[in-house]
Amino acid sequence: MAKRIDATDVDIYYGAFKAVEGVSFAVEPRSVTAFIGPSGCGKSTVLRALNRMHEVIPGAYVEGKITLDGEDIYGSTIDPVNVRRTIGMVFQRPNPFPTMSIYDNVVAGLRLEGKKRSKSDLDAVVEGSLRGANLWDEVKDRLARPGSGLSGGQQQRLCIARAIAIEPQVLLMDEPCSALDPISTLAIEDLIDQLKERFTIVIVTHNMQQAARVSETTAFFNLAGVGKPGKLVEIAPTDVIFSTPTQQATEDYISGRFG
Amino acid sequence: MSTQIEHPATPSPTVGIEGSAVRRGDRVFQGLSRTAGIFILVTMAAIAAFLIWKAIPSLQANTANFFTTSEWFPDQKPSVFGIAALTFGTLMTALIAMILAVPVGIGIALFIAHYAPPRLASVLGFVTDLLAAVPSIIFGMWGLQFLTPQMEGLGKWLNDYLGFIPLFRNDSGQYSKSILIASVVLAIMVLPTVSAISREVFVQVPRAHIEAALALGATRWEMVRLSVFPFARPGMISASMLGLGRALGETIAVALILSASYTINWQISEPGGNTFAANIALRWNEAGDVGLSALVASGLVLFVITLVVNMAARLIIARRSEFSGAN
Repeated sequence: MAKRIDATDVDIYYGAFKAVEGVSFAVEPRSVTAFIGPSGCGKSTVLRALNRMHEVIPGAYVEGKITLDGEDIYGSTIDPVNVRRTIGMVFQRPNPFPTMSIYDNVVAGLRLEGKKRSKSDLDAVVEGSLRGANLWDEVKDRLARPGSGLSGGQQQRLCIARAIAIEPQVLLMDEPCSALDPISTLAIEDLIDQLKERFTIVIVTHNMQQAARVSETTAFFNLAGVGKPGKLVEIAPTDVIFSTPTQQATEDYISGRFG
Repeated sequence: MSTQIEHPATPSPTVGIEGSAVRRGDRVFQGLSRTAGIFILVTMAAIAAFLIWKAIPSLQANTANFFTTSEWFPDQKPSVFGIAALTFGTLMTALIAMILAVPVGIGIALFIAHYAPPRLASVLGFVTDLLAAVPSIIFGMWGLQFLTPQMEGLGKWLNDYLGFIPLFRNDSGQYSKSILIASVVLAIMVLPTVSAISREVFVQVPRAHIEAALALGATRWEMVRLSVFPFARPGMISASMLGLGRALGETIAVALILSASYTINWQISEPGGNTFAANIALRWNEAGDVGLSALVASGLVLFVITLVVNMAARLIIARRSEFSGAN
């Protein structure tokens, strides 16, 4: 239930603007890969290209190849809707559906699949997903309450529960802790550690300590200058990136000299 | 040339933290906005008071039941009039207009906000706004001259195929000046209101909600159901209520189309029917003292109906405010 991702020579455009150039990397199944780099370097853009979420923006397109266990996710017979069902995503700001209860939020993705499920099946998924997101004990007595009434950290874990309820192969996280306090951040990081047993995880983060804590592999992105496309500078095991990076720019970034 | 910069030896006494907690600008603005708020309440109260005061003489002179009588002879001796047919005609035309206009209006808004390519969207948005600016007399003339002959076919079709439903049966063989035609014209007049306001709310749906749905593997329509409609629901209700307000109060277009008759006829494609607003416009000039007062009394009822409709809308919006999108 976890697949690998390979990106080969990926360029990403927003209309005429080339945002990302020549990115190639591999993400192993059941591992955590962190994308770090200064603002505007294209790391979120690359993340969004992995489940075709960038296509929400008119004019955005990808050149190159991104495969999920060898299958080209940009192939002509591929439905982007199915890609997003297979590769889930958690966003920077917690975004539970505000008009839905906690329960309905968790099963929202399942209800989209259109299969009739019994109440007991749904109940089991809700409990399993909320337990998987370390939220069950906090909300089990108020599943019918609105999801927007939870704290920010709880909302983010609710969003993770919603994402894992549809059993994706890969979970993409776009700065999932940047709107959260340190305690909630810790809770999410612990959760990421548990989730990697079941899912392939790619996380974008601004916080280098976080990358060091949660990931096995770290990819450093940078851009040559304003208006130039972002590039993948280097990707290596996290301990290598943070101790003996091969590129000067990586060392400058992780030692806090810029960014 | 040397310039000496003077440093005050002691800080000026005005930099202290004491002072009035209320600034003059705040006070003036508060006064202005409070006056404006009170003004609207006073206006409402004044209108209600005027209507009641002017309506009383005719209500005292009336020898029939005001609410259940369909006839309208206020200036006769004895005076006989009632609002039954007017209430029926007003509510029926407005209801049919809403049934026709709301789904189409929301569909147009949805297309403009979430489906159409940007250039087409701006053109369509402009055209719908333009439609809202067309004076109602134009709609009335268009309905009378152009739409009436066109509607005959629809009326016949409804009679032939759906005639087993009393609403669509036509025993008169005449299809002009009907509640159905008036409703269609009202629907077209209400359409831009519903569509323009719905579109405003549809484009305000936060990107985060839209992405939440798409990231779960929602198709475009599923995204609309999951993210757009729940967020836009209060706005869609407001849009419909504003449209309903216009449909209930529309005067001249309806007055032109309907042949004023004081009957309650459920067969909506037959000639006949009347509304509060159209009746006031048609009868005002020829009315005597009691007649004028009777028209004001009917206006009072229309006033109350619109108030009730608006309050009902508020209740619907407030009922699940805890689950609203505003957080």
